[in-house]
This record gives sequence, structure tokens and C-alpha cells, in this order.
Amino acid sequence: MDKSVIEKYELVVGLEVHAQMLTKSKAFSSEANEYGALPNTNVSVITLAHPGTLPKANRKAVEYAVKMGLACNCSITEYNIYDRKNYFYPDLPKGYQITQDKTPICRGGYIDIKTKSGRRSRIRLNRIHMEEDAGKSLHLEGETETLVDLNRAGVPLIEIVTEPDIRYPEEAYAFLTEIRRLVRYLEICDGNMEEGSLRCDANISVRLKGSKELGRKVEVKNMNSITNVQRAIEREMLRQIEIIEKGGTIASETRMYDAVNNQTYSLRTKEALNDYRYFPEPDLPPIIITEEYLREVRAMMPPLPNELFIKFTSEFGLPEYDAGVLTDKKEIALYFLEICKLTQNYKAASNWVMGPIKSYLNELTMEIKEFPLKPSQIVELIELVEQGKISFAICSQRLFPAFIENPNTTALALAEKMNLIQVSDTSFIKPIIEEVLANWAEKVEAYKKGNKNLLGLFMGEVMKKGKGKVDPKVATKLIQEMLDA
Amino acid sequence: MNIDKNTIEKIAHLSRLYFNEADEEKMLKSLNEILEWVQMLNKIDTTNVLPLTHMSHEVNVLREDVVEEPLPHEKALFNAPRKDSNYFRVPKVIENE
Repeated sequence: MDKSVIEKYELVVGLEVHAQMLTKSKAFSSEANEYGALPNTNVSVITLAHPGTLPKANRKAVEYAVKMGLACNCSITEYNIYDRKNYFYPDLPKGYQITQDKTPICRGGYIDIKTKSGRRSRIRLNRIHMEEDAGKSLHLEGETETLVDLNRAGVPLIEIVTEPDIRYPEEAYAFLTEIRRLVRYLEICDGNMEEGSLRCDANISVRLKGSKELGRKVEVKNMNSITNVQRAIEREMLRQIEIIEKGGTIASETRMYDAVNNQTYSLRTKEALNDYRYFPEPDLPPIIITEEYLREVRAMMPPLPNELFIKFTSEFGLPEYDAGVLTDKKEIALYFLEICKLTQNYKAASNWVMGPIKSYLNELTMEIKEFPLKPSQIVELIELVEQGKISFAICSQRLFPAFIENPNTTALALAEKMNLIQVSDTSFIKPIIEEVLANWAEKVEAYKKGNKNLLGLFMGEVMKKGKGKVDPKVATKLIQEMLDA
Repeated sequence: MNIDKNTIEKIAHLSRLYFNEADEEKMLKSLNEILEWVQMLNKIDTTNVLPLTHMSHEVNVLREDVVEEPLPHEKALFNAPRKDSNYFRVPKVIENE
């Protein structure tokens, strides 16, 4: 399709994100909430909807939902009830899903995002509510029946519903990346889209630019990575524009995304007629969220990526790029923060974390919590460089790996033992310079005739001969003095 | 309120129930009788009365997030009309193309 045709249209997308809460037990019953167990082994009489059983809400599931709401600038609902969403499907034996309809625990709020191309926008949230997951139905090829595994039924979820504020596919990407970072910072969800602990449905429509009315929306499901969400939105947008350009109309429907063929296709199930007949869940008493409770939850919350980003850029004066890399993962950000409690050389601390430390972790696919050196030991390295006792190059290439092998010593002791401490003593440096200048007599002549750039060559030779131990500041000064003499 | 055949068909579909003509007539009559009886409640003036959603005044009845023994797998599947060693089996719920 012609680009000028596509550009006549505006994309309008709202997302519904489901996040499985990292509780130990399920939302309303006490069997384990765990991924990957044998089918139908994490089930209880409550999950299986045996007669006479009563659900009881998990305290942590409520706490986690509140944490997410606070992190997304939502207002928290004081008086909460649960509701039943009725539908008849084998993945939910009760015949209804426990959810929140009238009183979502979090209302409003927003998430600020920045896309890869640098566009900043604020995506408003409509609500975040608590609910339970359904079981898994397997429709196997060649099977005449559907297989049902209820391990996932009753796993606590939050559903985050945005306003239709997304205008570009890459905004959906940035939004989901930010959601994933937030739930991981808060440790309320592992954010794994491949395993389905974070899931996203997109309500997609297009309209002519300038039009106030929303186009008819299509719900697209089945995207198992953040990249696929972006691709599915791109694809669905084009499909809709094509239909409208041919004079057709968009059917309100649910479509599945097929990542292999990069296409959406219409989903035909027997659940064509949706009438959920919501009503208050009488089996679960209301949840009252008090100001005091909110204070307690706030006190438990870790610093959030945005707060850290601002601290790193304004208070520590770091470039935005550094702050972005350092706040990507909470554990890295907190490690960096520990270093900065012990030194004010923030840029050096950032260089160490983003450079040698991250490369080391990446190489061994190791998490920072397994990293052998404590933040205080990184400070020792920073200080050795700062004091001119060792160059950064020698420190990061030789001392750092050795220090990791021998973390029970001090950086200084190890540097001395390895004979890496720079020497600023002129009686050590002078003979080296003399030897270099003698070897390069022609270049010395050229230098004296005005080719001052040759200083770099002499320096390099001196450093090489000194095996990195020569203090470069002293050496530069000495070389100049000796050449000008 | 009186319900008609369309409503019966809609409710039946949502419940995955299917009736023949005769049963549908019976169901229509029976449901309407029940509804008429319940409609007696409409005579009560409920202005300024909040809806009663819960039968007790208790709030914040929560359990700690502690894992307890699940229902043993064999027991969980015991009453299922169709099953195999791992799964509940139900009629296929996806339409064939």
C-alpha cells in the first residue's frame, strides 16, 4: 500500500494487560501458584468448584495490586467488592470468573513512556482490577476432545486497562516494556510474555486523521512477545486501512495473531454471544483499603525506575543514556546506588557498572546478586584510579578480573602483589624515556622541527616499555621537559 | 416482566442447554411463573435503601499467602465423566473451519 494512503489514517489503540501475580498460593484458595507443574496437580475443591466450597482472598494479591496502582499514579479504591463474570467454558469450572467490575482497586493513573525513536508520551490508564486466571484448554491436532488443565485456574491476576491513547505501534512496545520493568521492580510478576505470565490484548482501530469519532475496533489476542504486539498492531492497522480504502467496513470481532505468517485471523469459537451478567460476588466480603494501609504499602515499595532515572540524571549529573542503562534492572540500579553512597565519583561508578561489570555478567549470564565483588570493593577500584595509583585500562583489564578471583583481599594489596601500581618516581621513569628517545632519534628531530603530534608516539612507547606502570601525568611532563631541553 | 421465546433461547444458549418446541413452551411457562412470584418484591419501596451485596458485615477477610496441600491428582479427576491420566476431557470447544 502507498505510504501516502497510510498517512491519511490515524491509529487508535488501547491495551489490556494481564499480569500473573507472583504469590505463592492462588487468589482464592491455598494450592501452589506455580508454572510448569504436571497437569491438574495444583488444584483444590475451590478451584474445581465443588459444591459447598468458599473462596477466601489472598492478602498478598491485594497488596500487589495496590503496589502496581501506586506505581502507576492511580487513585486506590477505598471500598472494593469482587464481582462474578459469568460465562460457560470448561477452563473455569465455576461458570464464572471472580473479577472486579464496578469497583476496580485502582482507577485512573498513567505511565510515561519514551519510544525507541525518542517520542515521549503519557498513556493514561482507565483502571487496574484484580481477578483470577482461567485454566488452560488444549485443542490438539487430531484429538476429538479438548483437554483441560486447571493448574492455572485461580492464579491471581491484575488487569491493566489503558485509555485508547496509543497512536503508534512502537508506543505499545514502549508501554509494555515499561509495564514489565515496573512489575519486575515491584517483584509482583516475573513479566515473562513467552510463558504467559504477562499477556496483552490490543483493541485496534483506525480513523481518518482529524476525525473525532473512533473507528470500529478489533480485539487482537495471542501475542507472546512485546515485539509481536508491535508487529500485530502494525499488521492489523494495515489490514483495516486496506478494507476501508476498498470501501468496506470493519467487523467488530476478536482476531488471533499468527506470528509465523505475521497475520491476524478471525477467531471462531462457540462463545460467540457474550453476555457476562456481572453481579457482586456474595462469597467474598468487601475489602476496605485504609490510608494507614496505603502508608504501609508505600513504605514497602522499592525506588521506582523513573525516580531513579531522575536521581541519576539530576542529582548525580549522569547522561540520560547512562541513567537508562542503569535503571533497566532494579538489582543493577540498587547495586549502583550502593556504590554511590561510598563515592561521589558518579560517572566513574557508572562507567564501571555499565562497562566491566555488565560485560562480565553478560559473558557468564550471571545476575548481579551472584557477582563476587561488593559495591565497596568497586569503590576501592575507583579510588585507586582516582588517586593515580593505577590507570583505568590496567585496572579494568588486569586488576578487576584478578579481584573477582580473589575477592577476600583489598584492591590495593592485590595491585601491589601484581606489581601494577603506577610509579611516579622520576628515577624510574627517566631511564625509560631516555631509552625511547634514543631509539627514535629521527622522530625526535622531527619533533624539534615542529611536529608536536609526535609526543603521542613517545608517550605510547614509554607506557609500553613501562608495562603500564608509568604514571602518565608524570611521564608526559618529563618527556616534554627532556625534549625541550 | 414477561419473558418471551427469544429470551429463553438466549438464556439456553448461555447455559449450553438445548430444548425442543414442547420443552421450550414448558420452560417459558415455568420461568414466567417464577418471575411473577419474585416480582412481589417490587411492591416494597426501596428508595434510599442500598443494595445488599453481602450477607454479613465482615470486611477484609483475607488469608495469608501460604501454600497448603493440593487436592491429590487422582481425587481431582475422580468425578470427571471424561478424563485421561493427566487431563479433564471435554467436547471440542473450537469450531472446525
